[in-house]
Amino acid sequence: MDLLLPKFNYILYVVLMMTGLWGMIAKPNLIKKIIGMAIFQTSLILFFISTSVKRGATIPILEHHSEPESHAHVVSVGDQLGDAVHSVATVAQHAVDPAHYMNPLPHVLMLTAIVVGVGTLGVALALAQLVYKQYGTLEEEDIISQIEADASQEDES
Amino acid sequence: MNKLALIVVFFVGGLLVYVAGDFPDWGDPTSPASTHVGRYYLENSIRDTHVPNVVTSVLADYRGFDTMFETGVVFIAGIAVLALLRRTVVQRREEGELASHHLEAPQSGVVVRTASRIMIPFMQLYALYVIGHGHHSPGGGFQGGVILGASLILHALAYDLRATNKLFSEKRVLVLGAVGVMLYSGIGLFCMLLGGNFLDFSVLHAVLPATDEVMARSHGMLGVEIGVGLTVMAIMYSLYLDLASHGHLDEGL
Repeated sequence: MDLLLPKFNYILYVVLMMTGLWGMIAKPNLIKKIIGMAIFQTSLILFFISTSVKRGATIPILEHHSEPESHAHVVSVGDQLGDAVHSVATVAQHAVDPAHYMNPLPHVLMLTAIVVGVGTLGVALALAQLVYKQYGTLEEEDIISQIEADASQEDES
Repeated sequence: MNKLALIVVFFVGGLLVYVAGDFPDWGDPTSPASTHVGRYYLENSIRDTHVPNVVTSVLADYRGFDTMFETGVVFIAGIAVLALLRRTVVQRREEGELASHHLEAPQSGVVVRTASRIMIPFMQLYALYVIGHGHHSPGGGFQGGVILGASLILHALAYDLRATNKLFSEKRVLVLGAVGVMLYSGIGLFCMLLGGNFLDFSVLHAVLPATDEVMARSHGMLGVEIGVGLTVMAIMYSLYLDLASHGHLDEGL
């Protein structure tokens, strides 16, 4: 248990993921399967976001409150002394300690994943609407029995 | 069946809990994910792009290809829903679906309509702020686009789809979605025409006034974010239109 305490976040995601997987596998209703898929997706998004956390760090937006004046100064120095000095001065100006800011990469990946997730959810719901229009039900067993009945009718004729 | 599902779920869950011991601790600054490329982005974002919001600079510049194709995926999802559900009036009449229930749709109350009328302009203004200020504060094309789409959906909820369609027709929405993707890839192609790589915004300083190579990246990112915002707004709204009315675009919910 001591081993798992600093990793409690992973346990939470596993519970969420199991909930989503259960919804996708065991629930007979198509809408509930889609909800399960969304829960599964959420657990993965939370997992990725949690890998970006650093203790004592803030959001990955660099501080730049005093930048305008000092930046103008750097540029004027650079104009006088040439590009080499300019680039060196700029680097010194903007030295950033990565430990103070969270890792931006998982945020970027999940930002796009969330929006694409909405897109796939929309397609899934559209398919569910078409299935309902065709069969009049969203219960998996009813749909399968209707398909089997249609198939046996075609065999007879 | 349910027992089998239970076994599968708990097997996978147990396996993941078992390997969780090998993952880095919560908030560990030296975890593998935080030490390699994430560190590079934080240290070099200002020098390379002048953009303090590292999420924006990674999204639109360092990983510009990824974001371009994600935008394409969103657009394709919208087109797929359209292809699955959308029935034009002509199609429905041919299939004999168009029933003669031309009753006035029950409109929502006057309080809801007035409140949403007042709120929508502010929502859209805020969305533009989120898109435009994404370089300096949390925000960007995806977030602002979703807020813009939400404002249109709010109008469609408070009135009905016909009223919203009159203001902002479906055709125009879809054209805007395509324009967004075109804007993104067009900026990339324009960079190639100017002699750089695809989506290498630094060459844009040749055409943008009063910029150097680094500032041109910042401006290029803004253009790309606007394209993303347009596509996301159009597709969010189009998804709602088709899903809420079974592709008929009449009363809606």
